[in-house]
Amino acid sequence: MGQTPHIAVVGGGSTGAGIARDLAMRGLDVTLVEQGNLTHGTTGRMHGLLHSGGRYAVSDQASATECIEENRVLRDIASHCVEMTGGLFVKRPEDSEEYFEEKLTGCRECDIPAEVVTGEEARRMEPHLAKDVDKAISVPDGAIDPFRLVVANAASAQEHGARIETHTKVTDLLVERGEIVGIEVEHDSGPGKRVHGTEGGTEEIRADYVVNATGAWAGRIGDMADLDIEVRPSKGVMTIMNVRQVDTVINRCRPKGDADIVVPHETTAILGTTDEEVEDPEDYPEEQWEVDMMIDTLSELIPMLQEARTIRSFWGVRPLYEPPDVGSTDPTDITRDFFLLDHEERDDLPGMTSIVGGKFTTYRMMGEKISDHVCGKFGIDADCRTADVPLPGSEDFSVLRDYMDEFGLRSPIGRRSVERLGSRADEVLTTDGPNPTVCECEGVTRAEIHDAIEGSGSDLNAVRIRTRASMGNCQGGFCSHRMASELHAEYDEAVVREAWDELLQERWKGQRHALWGEQLSQAALNYALHATTQNRDRDPADGDSVDFSAFDSGRSQAGGVADADVAADGGTDGD
Amino acid sequence: MAIESDVLVVGGGLAGLTGALSAAREGADVRLVSYKQSTLRQASGLVDVLGYTPEGDGPLTDPFATIPSLPDRHPYRTVGVETVREALSLFDDAVPTYEGDHTDANALVPTHGGTVKPTARYPAGASAGLASDDRDTLLVGVEEMVDFDAPHVAAHLDAAGVPFDVRGETIRFPGDLRADAKVTRYAKLLDTDGEVAVRGRKVPARDALAQRVNPLLESEARVGFPAILGDDEHAAVRAALEEKLGVDVFEVPMGPPSLPGLRLEDALFDALDDAGVSIETGNPVVDFDGEDRVERVFVEKNGARIPNSADQYVLATGGFVGKGIESDREGVSEPIFDCHVPHAEDRYDWFETELFGDHAFARYGVATDDDLRPLDASERPEFDNLRAAGSVLGGYDFAAEKSGSGVSIATGYAAGQRAAQEAR
Repeated sequence: MGQTPHIAVVGGGSTGAGIARDLAMRGLDVTLVEQGNLTHGTTGRMHGLLHSGGRYAVSDQASATECIEENRVLRDIASHCVEMTGGLFVKRPEDSEEYFEEKLTGCRECDIPAEVVTGEEARRMEPHLAKDVDKAISVPDGAIDPFRLVVANAASAQEHGARIETHTKVTDLLVERGEIVGIEVEHDSGPGKRVHGTEGGTEEIRADYVVNATGAWAGRIGDMADLDIEVRPSKGVMTIMNVRQVDTVINRCRPKGDADIVVPHETTAILGTTDEEVEDPEDYPEEQWEVDMMIDTLSELIPMLQEARTIRSFWGVRPLYEPPDVGSTDPTDITRDFFLLDHEERDDLPGMTSIVGGKFTTYRMMGEKISDHVCGKFGIDADCRTADVPLPGSEDFSVLRDYMDEFGLRSPIGRRSVERLGSRADEVLTTDGPNPTVCECEGVTRAEIHDAIEGSGSDLNAVRIRTRASMGNCQGGFCSHRMASELHAEYDEAVVREAWDELLQERWKGQRHALWGEQLSQAALNYALHATTQNRDRDPADGDSVDFSAFDSGRSQAGGVADADVAADGGTDGD
Repeated sequence: MAIESDVLVVGGGLAGLTGALSAAREGADVRLVSYKQSTLRQASGLVDVLGYTPEGDGPLTDPFATIPSLPDRHPYRTVGVETVREALSLFDDAVPTYEGDHTDANALVPTHGGTVKPTARYPAGASAGLASDDRDTLLVGVEEMVDFDAPHVAAHLDAAGVPFDVRGETIRFPGDLRADAKVTRYAKLLDTDGEVAVRGRKVPARDALAQRVNPLLESEARVGFPAILGDDEHAAVRAALEEKLGVDVFEVPMGPPSLPGLRLEDALFDALDDAGVSIETGNPVVDFDGEDRVERVFVEKNGARIPNSADQYVLATGGFVGKGIESDREGVSEPIFDCHVPHAEDRYDWFETELFGDHAFARYGVATDDDLRPLDASERPEFDNLRAAGSVLGGYDFAAEKSGSGVSIATGYAAGQRAAQEAR
């Protein structure tokens, strides 16, 4: 084949972004489309665990082995997204001794470094563990920022020539003469970066091959060409605490169950999760009992969680898949393995492969497999380089020196900025003007916000996931309007107002599941700041026009109103 | 021996301060105990009375005309519109640096979010900036400050349809303040008029600021700054800038920490001192004694429980924000006297899906009888001698109505006055 093949990748989660990077690095033309922001689907709604593989070491050793391999790769190529916290599988007195031994053996069989620690040692590592914890197995679990990782993958793909279109929804698969030849998409705001208020439009993207990497949404894409892809979406809740009660990933050492993991993540700790099959990946109940269960059950491991402050909860849907003949009834029994469904082989419809199932930790390996598969279609012999070439931000960690003075940032802010930006810190934080802090909870400065705006258009939720601004304790109470003002440097007021409203509404969504105690006080304060101080709930720019002349214009102004009745007749306007 | 007084006010926010002042002016011997920093420093310093109806109609030109048609359970209905007027008179007398008392009409004040907000009383420092005044306006922001972006606020005000031309300009603040300086640092620099370096010369801060703004002025009749124009010397700072710029100067109220809120707190504390109120701050009230009457409360101080007794008590501890109302996953409570707080059993009924929906939590607080005494679950007064004032009261959503300060002043006034009368 003479020309470079053009591949359309559908889905901007970890899998899609990983595939786009891989294919672009192998020299193929790539267009990635995502219906929302990057990570909009499942990737942005996970607990941020970088698996050691320990969780699968008994039930699914193939997955466990893949996890530990990729764990090592990501520590290397995505170091600025990873915090190697280490993990513990903790056994309580009522948990099975036999299973504990199986877990230990399983880890060793899968080449996962695993050591037994006594209850006392475990409590020395994590002082808030329950007094009656028997013992634990330590494993190299870690925390990973899925947003940063996906943005870095997309940025790398772009550097290698890929086109990335967010807020672009696939409306149809183009089928001609019994073959899929591209996709039809609807842009929310015109091609390129999202800008509110820019007219969108449809576009036909013709492609030599289509990769359906839409996870839980794969069935919907399949339906467009009458393909049956039986993804079984399964929802899980994650509850975010306002501080890190633990600095190590804490797993409950028992066969399977809900509410059995706590992942320290940035300034927070994330409790997870549940596993319940749902019909629709976009519309499922988010329920109180799920949040209560996280707190109550995980308090058995970490008693202080019972009284601790949660800042929000969110739900994600796993894109589980199993071949139709397996027939598991309980979603926890469905394999976490991934599957390539070549629709030519499977359905006699050439031109597209779907990738379903799988896990975040192995996203890169999934990308490699499907890229091999796609290259095979075109007889291209190109090596995968994604395991060796660091992502943007992780290139050179010698830059992790003391940036505090260099960028004039107060020390904790400097440290956190550099942790987030990695090797991009120099480029992002070097500014001409003053660089004040915009988000105090997460230590995000103006320069970092502007860098994110450059990458994401007028979308403040996209700025949020790139920077963590508004993701801390106050949940945007103090910084949403500041973020909006920073956007105003680039975009006009009406665009900014819409983006600002979207951010506020998104922040409210998850907080609703944390409205008691301290966080209800916080929410009441935020409400007072936004509604009372800023009057954003009755913003006159959004509503009917106001008769300004009917109001008090001050004692010193000529014709200042004596009372409201007089004002209604004309007031001071034009005096 | 307990510390004794006629009236003991618990809480140092707007309601508590007003309550103590009104009780003292009624002749009572008054003591006020307050735990944390007052929520006044989180408030803009504007005194809203009523900007919108509970249904969201507004902005209302005349808050007093609407009060009689509010729902029965609204605190304004409990005290009545005449009491609201009397309470504001007390406020106007105690805080002469505020304006708006020349009319019943609300003023529309620009907010740092770029909207306008209906309010009944405003600091003199904000009066030249009213959006219901039609003079053209220049807003000046400070590059190092993220809370007030003048071009953004100006564009937003324009979209809100203000009846004047408004422009925003951003300056580098003179002097060597770091990027994250607190508003109080700017205020202090202007208060002291300390010298700052400008192109190698030492210039007093007020002059230096005026020099930066002067070239930006076109034909505007007034210049607005974020609320950083001095603390103790605010009036002098503003007067100096007006003289140097030759136009009116005003502040746009901002969020926390709010200098106008702090200045208001100072003014009220001064008024309490003048009225002879004894004040203790920094220690919490943790418990009480009593069945039908509150006999004494206990203030925790350095680990000891100090009894304070009075004939009458005013509970002005605030709502969720001030922690006068608390909650856990099971329910909502009032932590000191365990007064009944009516609320939905299921916590998922406390809020609405929409950000600015009609949130039930925003109206949670104690319910009272006509005498502002908190009621128990069977609608009988919890105690004969305990009255509640301010955000600890339920039945109104101050944020949506823009009624927070007005309710605090009106109910604080009424509770303090009745407590003093009863204590005789």
